[in-house]
Amino acid sequence: MELINPGIGLIFWMTLAFGIVFFILKKFVWPPIMQALNDRERHIEEALQAADIAHEEMKKLKLDNEQLLKDAKEERDAIMAEARKIREKMLDEARVKANLEADRIVESAKERINHERLAAMTEIKNQIAEISIEVAERILREKLSAPKSQQEYIERLLDKKQLN
Amino acid sequence: MAVNKNKKESPLWIFILVLILTVGTMQVFANETQPVAAHEKGNEQEAEEKFNPGEVIIEHLVDAYEWHIAKVGHTHISVPLPVILYDQGQWHFFMSSKFHHGKEAYNGFYISHTGMQKGKIVRKLSDGSEVKPLDLSITKNAFAIFVSSAVIILIFLSIARSYKKTKKHAPKGLQSLVEPLILFIRDEVVKTSIGEKHYRRFLPYLLTVFFFIFLNNVMGLIPIFPFGANLTGNLAVTGVLALCTFLTVSFGGNKNYWAHIFNTPGVPWWLKLPIPLMPIIEIVGMITKPFVLMVRLFANITAGHIIILGFVSLIFVFGQTNAYAGYGMSVLSIALSIFMNFLELLVAFIQAYVFTLLSSIFIGMAVEEHAHEEHHESH
Repeated sequence: MELINPGIGLIFWMTLAFGIVFFILKKFVWPPIMQALNDRERHIEEALQAADIAHEEMKKLKLDNEQLLKDAKEERDAIMAEARKIREKMLDEARVKANLEADRIVESAKERINHERLAAMTEIKNQIAEISIEVAERILREKLSAPKSQQEYIERLLDKKQLN
Repeated sequence: MAVNKNKKESPLWIFILVLILTVGTMQVFANETQPVAAHEKGNEQEAEEKFNPGEVIIEHLVDAYEWHIAKVGHTHISVPLPVILYDQGQWHFFMSSKFHHGKEAYNGFYISHTGMQKGKIVRKLSDGSEVKPLDLSITKNAFAIFVSSAVIILIFLSIARSYKKTKKHAPKGLQSLVEPLILFIRDEVVKTSIGEKHYRRFLPYLLTVFFFIFLNNVMGLIPIFPFGANLTGNLAVTGVLALCTFLTVSFGGNKNYWAHIFNTPGVPWWLKLPIPLMPIIEIVGMITKPFVLMVRLFANITAGHIIILGFVSLIFVFGQTNAYAGYGMSVLSIALSIFMNFLELLVAFIQAYVFTLLSSIFIGMAVEEHAHEEHHESH
């Protein structure tokens, strides 16, 4: 009987104490805790979202990088190929040019040689003529007796020389 | 890190817990072989020798005007508590030590030992009947309520402070002990039973009720002064808690809730007029809900205490026949009480949870909005 006979005093004190506990907890404890929990939950949510976005961006960036690298490689290859082509072309051109130059030089050398030869021939001819005239003079001086036959003879000789 | 640390320390904590629970219980009982049951001076010697487990157990469960801690030899060690009485237009204040452990009367008041008012302060009328004054004494349980309320307020104020400090970071210390419970109550109990829309309004009350019951259940298991009072196993305490839920449901209830009680929809009219059968049934249901809350908590906690006390009593029951039997029994008894104490720790949580869950469900039923009424309700 004692066990199920609640005392009025205890009910009174319990109401009072529980009321105070409830009031204090409601006023000073639950609001900051709930606020903090909500804030933290939102914070975590946001952080997770941000991480997701960052992850996506990283993926995109990586993809971009790969593309960039690929492009760069291609460009490099293209440039290399171009360079090689240009080199070949330059070499070819240089070769052709050199050949031409060489031909030209050879040609001009030939021409000059020819020229020189002609000049020399002329010189020789002239000298020969002078010498011949000198010889002829001497011969003439020494042998004035038969100038006519002598002259003829010399001229014949000279003509023969010219044929050479 | 924190988890690892806790894990490492847990054996120590369990050891300390077991030590407190068993040694504490032993202390309380150590001097019960000569129980207080002996009141008649005549056969005091004989009565003192006899150990009455039923009486001892009940004595530990019920409220008292003083806090009895132990009895050494023939001296009682107890904390006297103030008695506050209002009788015949007059207030009486005095300490319970004036009753000399219930053996003597003071100012005409004495503690009744028999009848309906057993254990309560009464005054004898000239015709021999007992009359109860308005009794607002700070009894053992009232004192225990103050202690546990103070403990709860201090604990939670400090937790609230650490929440303000840690803000968005992980909880620390006590905070991390309480936070899972708060989240559990908020997300699994209150939000699911009341619904996203209204739960915020009732959350402070339900959290307070949960922690109040839970901590009082646990404190009731610590058998060392100033804990160990059988608070949540007292009808007055559970009754007030149930009444709070009842008031919350009644004042929180919306139009639908009251309409459902007084004019139950979907029921033939002759059940409401001329004899309001359905309203009567609904009102009875309204009252039985908190009543069941009150009795469930009371019965569960009291039962747990009775079993633990019963196991410990076994030692002394056996010890009476033979001292060695008592020693032998103590091993088994202590093992069983340790087991029961752990079970009670579980029950302490479960009962607090059940009380909160049922309160939430009742509130949820009272604030429920029917689909076709939705437009009226949303302002």
